[in-house]
Amino acid sequence: MSVAVTTSTNDDRTSIYFPGILRAEWTKFRSVRSSVAALILLVVISVGFTGLFLALTISQWDQIDDAQRLSIVADPTRTIIGAGFQLGQLAICVLGVLVISSEYASGTIRASLLAVPLRTPMLAAKALVFAVVVFVVTEVATFASFFVGAAILHTKVAVSIGDPGVLGALVGAGLYGAVLGVFSIAIGAIVRHTAGGITGIIAFVLVLAPLAQLLPGTVGDHIHAYLPTVAGQLVVSAHQGADDLLSPWQGFGVFSLWTAALILVANTMLKRRDA
Amino acid sequence: MIEVRDLSKSYGAKLVIDRMSFTVHPGVVTGFLGPNGAGKSTTMRLIVGLDRPSGGDATIGGMRYADLPRPLRSVGALLDGATTHPGRSAFDHLLYLAQSQQISRDRVDEVLDLVGLRDVAHDRTGSFSLGMGQRLGLAAALLGDPPVLLLDEPVNGLDPDGILWIRNLLTHLAGEGRTILISSHLMSEMAATATHLIVIGRGRLITACTTEEFIEHSSKRSVLVTSPDAVALTDLITAAGGQVETDAEGELIVRLIDAAHIGALASHAGLELHQLTTRLASLEDAFMEQTHASAEFGGELPNGVSPALVASITGATS
Repeated sequence: MSVAVTTSTNDDRTSIYFPGILRAEWTKFRSVRSSVAALILLVVISVGFTGLFLALTISQWDQIDDAQRLSIVADPTRTIIGAGFQLGQLAICVLGVLVISSEYASGTIRASLLAVPLRTPMLAAKALVFAVVVFVVTEVATFASFFVGAAILHTKVAVSIGDPGVLGALVGAGLYGAVLGVFSIAIGAIVRHTAGGITGIIAFVLVLAPLAQLLPGTVGDHIHAYLPTVAGQLVVSAHQGADDLLSPWQGFGVFSLWTAALILVANTMLKRRDA
Repeated sequence: MIEVRDLSKSYGAKLVIDRMSFTVHPGVVTGFLGPNGAGKSTTMRLIVGLDRPSGGDATIGGMRYADLPRPLRSVGALLDGATTHPGRSAFDHLLYLAQSQQISRDRVDEVLDLVGLRDVAHDRTGSFSLGMGQRLGLAAALLGDPPVLLLDEPVNGLDPDGILWIRNLLTHLAGEGRTILISSHLMSEMAATATHLIVIGRGRLITACTTEEFIEHSSKRSVLVTSPDAVALTDLITAAGGQVETDAEGELIVRLIDAAHIGALASHAGLELHQLTTRLASLEDAFMEQTHASAEFGGELPNGVSPALVASITGATS
């Protein structure tokens, strides 16, 4: 135990060590059970509901209305991925809020900020680690959903991974999940309470879109199209649909801009507020 | 060395820390004293940058905490309240802290050994008792082998063994030249551990001095006198400017004049003395006296604490 070395005079101590902060965030993430549970839930819900929804659709193929049938035929990939992921993504939302709000609830945030007093590297590392984890798990869920869904659907509509735009949509689903994860962390960091944060993110994802659809005329259509998750979910399409104002990757860009803005707000508040 | 200069903090219109300045020196244990609500925890949070000061600043070894690149290697802090996720193990809690500072995994095991938590290292901290949580907090503070330690109520929740252990540990760490600031509401603990004191009340500095000076400067210093001629002696002492109280056993408690003076008075008058004992105020007495005016919640200070009770808590200093 040497005391001669007081504060940072050694070269290796004059800057923060970001890889270490990343590793710390990964340790934090994997060492609580809720993380693993939520990720398993993500896969199970996505694949399960894709199978359930498509099986029901096929069994009632002749009863469903023409518009729905047409949209399935026009872009089966979007139907397959969207079916289960619509619910599965809620696991990402809840977990994203939790990874930051649980730090406030338990007091861990104070240990975290004592270790990284600049704060921004902590938030960046947390967002990055979560985004990568969610990307990987969402890809697993998406590919599994796709193969299950395509197998169920093939009697009515044939779709293969080699079709134009399909692979892009499958990869896009993981990217959407990753950005949604960061979006959720931003909400959690701004609200700082688990219940409030989850309510906030659910409002964005599930409530805002139907509400905006009630707005009249093209203004309403535009507002709806540019809502974060409405725009973001376009990325799981194999190509731009007839009614879409944005192309899949434009939509993803809009969602990414929303997320960037929100995480900047979260970072500013994190730096300003007492922990 | 910790330097606090004109540090202020207000929450809305409420000023909780008012232009506080003090210096904490290396090599000694400095006690941070103040009644409830005086601002001890807030001051510590300001020093480590968890709260933003409204004015002034605090530096550690000349640097602001936020500018320390790997702060856990420079400063170990144990703060009031939980800092661990109940679902995470003690080991994982220390592991992520170590990783963020490039501290080796071996050091995690070392500090777990040091605080006696090795056997429960992989249990989730939600199952920990208050004392075990406190030990984990100490392990986190010591993780980076830091030259500066800030400990808010470190003995909180520890059993007598634990208190003795931490007292020895702190003395040992100070002996190695570290800068140690501990806050406590247990005056007796301060008397046993801290050689220097920083006393605050209502967010203001009241005094910074050695523990000895603090007790000596207290006006509660008194002389206990037993004499068969108590009545005559009382008259003499009163005439000489002393203040006399008689307790239940007929002993005299004399203030304002010292033992030598009383002895001389008795000797000249040919009065017999059976006991003549100078009693320094206990740290409790001195503390109560000096902070009473600044106590935010007067009701929380035991006004009528008898010297006997205080002596039983602290071990009388005579």
